[in-house]
Amino acid sequence: MQESKKTPTNRHPMPEQPAEVRRHNFLEVPLGYTEEMAQAEAARCLQCKTPKCVEGCPVAVPIPRFIRAIAQGRFAEGIRIIWEKNGLPAVCGRVCPQEIQCEGQCVLGKKGQPVAIGNLERFLADWERNHGDGSLPAKQPSTGKRVAVVGSGPSGLTVAGDLVLKGHGVTLFEAFHKPGGVLIYGIPEFRLPKAIVEAEVSILEKLGVDIACNTVVGRAVDVSELLAEGYDAVFVGVGAGLPRFLNVPGENLIGVYSANEYLTRANLMKAYDPLYDTPLVPGKNVVVVGGGNVAMDSARTALRMGAESVKIVYRRSREEMPARAEEAHHAEQEGVEFLLLSNPLRFDGNSEGRLTSVTCERMTLGEPDASGRRRPVPLEGADFTMDCDLAIIAVGSGANPLLTSSEPAIRLNRRGNIEADPATGKTSMRGVWAGGDIVTGAATVILAMGAGRKAADSIHDYLMRGW
Amino acid sequence: MFKIVRKEELVPSSVILHEIEAPRVARKAKPGQFVILKATETGERIPLTMADTNPETGTVTVIFMVVGKSTAIFSGLKEGDAYTDLIGPLGRPTDIEKVGHVVCVGGGTGIAVLHPIARAMKKAGNRVTTILGARSENFLILKEQMGALSDTLIAMSDDGSTGRKGFVTDALQEIMATDKPDLVVAIGPVPMMRAVSELTRPAGIHTLVSLNPVMVDGTGMCGGCRVTVGGETKFACVDGPEFDGHKVDFSGLAQRLNAYKAMETEAMAAHRCRMEAQMNQLEKQA
Repeated sequence: MQESKKTPTNRHPMPEQPAEVRRHNFLEVPLGYTEEMAQAEAARCLQCKTPKCVEGCPVAVPIPRFIRAIAQGRFAEGIRIIWEKNGLPAVCGRVCPQEIQCEGQCVLGKKGQPVAIGNLERFLADWERNHGDGSLPAKQPSTGKRVAVVGSGPSGLTVAGDLVLKGHGVTLFEAFHKPGGVLIYGIPEFRLPKAIVEAEVSILEKLGVDIACNTVVGRAVDVSELLAEGYDAVFVGVGAGLPRFLNVPGENLIGVYSANEYLTRANLMKAYDPLYDTPLVPGKNVVVVGGGNVAMDSARTALRMGAESVKIVYRRSREEMPARAEEAHHAEQEGVEFLLLSNPLRFDGNSEGRLTSVTCERMTLGEPDASGRRRPVPLEGADFTMDCDLAIIAVGSGANPLLTSSEPAIRLNRRGNIEADPATGKTSMRGVWAGGDIVTGAATVILAMGAGRKAADSIHDYLMRGW
Repeated sequence: MFKIVRKEELVPSSVILHEIEAPRVARKAKPGQFVILKATETGERIPLTMADTNPETGTVTVIFMVVGKSTAIFSGLKEGDAYTDLIGPLGRPTDIEKVGHVVCVGGGTGIAVLHPIARAMKKAGNRVTTILGARSENFLILKEQMGALSDTLIAMSDDGSTGRKGFVTDALQEIMATDKPDLVVAIGPVPMMRAVSELTRPAGIHTLVSLNPVMVDGTGMCGGCRVTVGGETKFACVDGPEFDGHKVDFSGLAQRLNAYKAMETEAMAAHRCRMEAQMNQLEKQA
């Protein structure tokens, strides 16, 4: 550890499947560190006295402590250090935007490359899953209190994990037939293997969390009914489950999907696996509209489903693209083309109503808009048409009103998101908390987990002391 | 798991009734709402509008026609077997009000969907005339039940075996001329719902139809079930399944229902092959 202070070293790259191979399979792209690689990478950490990386982490994982444990080969201890603050390390190690969080703050990054904190977190979680003795975190004695957690995505899993450890009874309600929320239906297998999510969820089950799948809160049962049934508190973490469309002509043609539908069919319903009955329009010429991580996931899934050409159509330039650099890079390596400064005007189809082409306008960047990004402005007379038999609309998700419309006591903002106290997650309805995308709008896994952590603390406080 | 407590073949090996244990859903469900069913780990999620619910026994009843691999798998489930997944109640319930004379028009398994709606309409104090349509008497389901809850029942068929020959629209036209309905509820195949809507449109008779497009989650999350209604895109799973028949783009709906037709035909053929091979195997062993 002393050595790295003198000579800055480059980070140890994580081995990954070659692009040419992986674009034809659904196996995970990065292959993980070996113990040697992990220890060598951990040795790069300067063990700062006031670690900036921890400040950059929405759940304040004690990063230098777990890295020191890796450097010293104490892997079983290392994972337990992470668990103090993060119940889903195998997930976060893979999908957190570390470059703008922990790694973005790393002192080593000022002159060279930051410590590969995400890779190390992932290493410990995988090591525990493969070699650990299965011992669970210690649970507090039962309080006799019961909490209903609605939605089993990142925020809900965090709340459930935190509260069950504090001795409360927890039921996790999920609308789909499998728990995990966006981790299961949204993020593809090659980025986050479903077996890993299942393993993380099964830890919660072993801790005593009761998981009720196939239960649509807002239809099968309302939030107020849950409170009346004897739950002492309810956490609402139902995500951003309302797909946005472009509202251009031809969008209802067969072959135009929301990213939500395309990814759900591919991930949750495993359309890529011949054993499953899930149908999916096989695209030869695929256009994905949008520039975020969901667009990248959709494009890379379409490639693996056998597409000949996959184009990302995005109305701004590469700089404004909201996707993580790593995701865009991976997509590009695999052969996804980027059609920047382009915006679909309409979709056209054949007599059966199947998509055959898309017509786009060219854009140029004008003055910055409210988001600070330069506003795309159409260029006159530069429209163009491309063959396209599968289009995936990945321009974001809004707040799904199914639960909130059934519970008027929960106050919403103009966009339909739940108004919750940022410090505690408390909503306007007594005994009801909310967090994650249903509060913030579509964001990241770790931010949802951070919101879950705050809500869990506040719920615990309420259960022990009162509102 | 959701256990099947009663199975009936309403039309042998074609139209199947399953009464399924699902207490939470049975308690909450209202006429017009649907459930999503899944029979195996690898199976599809199939939306079916409930034909009946019983809060006391905690059961819901669905009636479906075997049209593809998924419904073929469903039809293979016997009493005592179970669905792996049942999600509901989904969709908006039917607006049940006293409007006067309600004509309920049902075709095929749409009659099953119509059943709780017609019953609720009657209970709300409406005079209910029911027109049912089928290929022939053998394919007509729930005739007795519908007859019992209607003031008048007219059963139409292609061959006249139900008592009257002709289309449901023939009967509806007569009623419109002699005893004008205040509301028409039409549930059945898309061409039937379209024909009924076209007939009532010039007369300005409010007409409700219940749509059953392809969907995945049933909660407004995927948008796969989008239909154009009055020029606007609606999600049948949360905005429907019932819509004003005069505003529905039936052509677009019919096209989207065929999205996976080729794949479904292939899957069904492969499923039949496998089933036949299994039967041959069993016969050999016997």
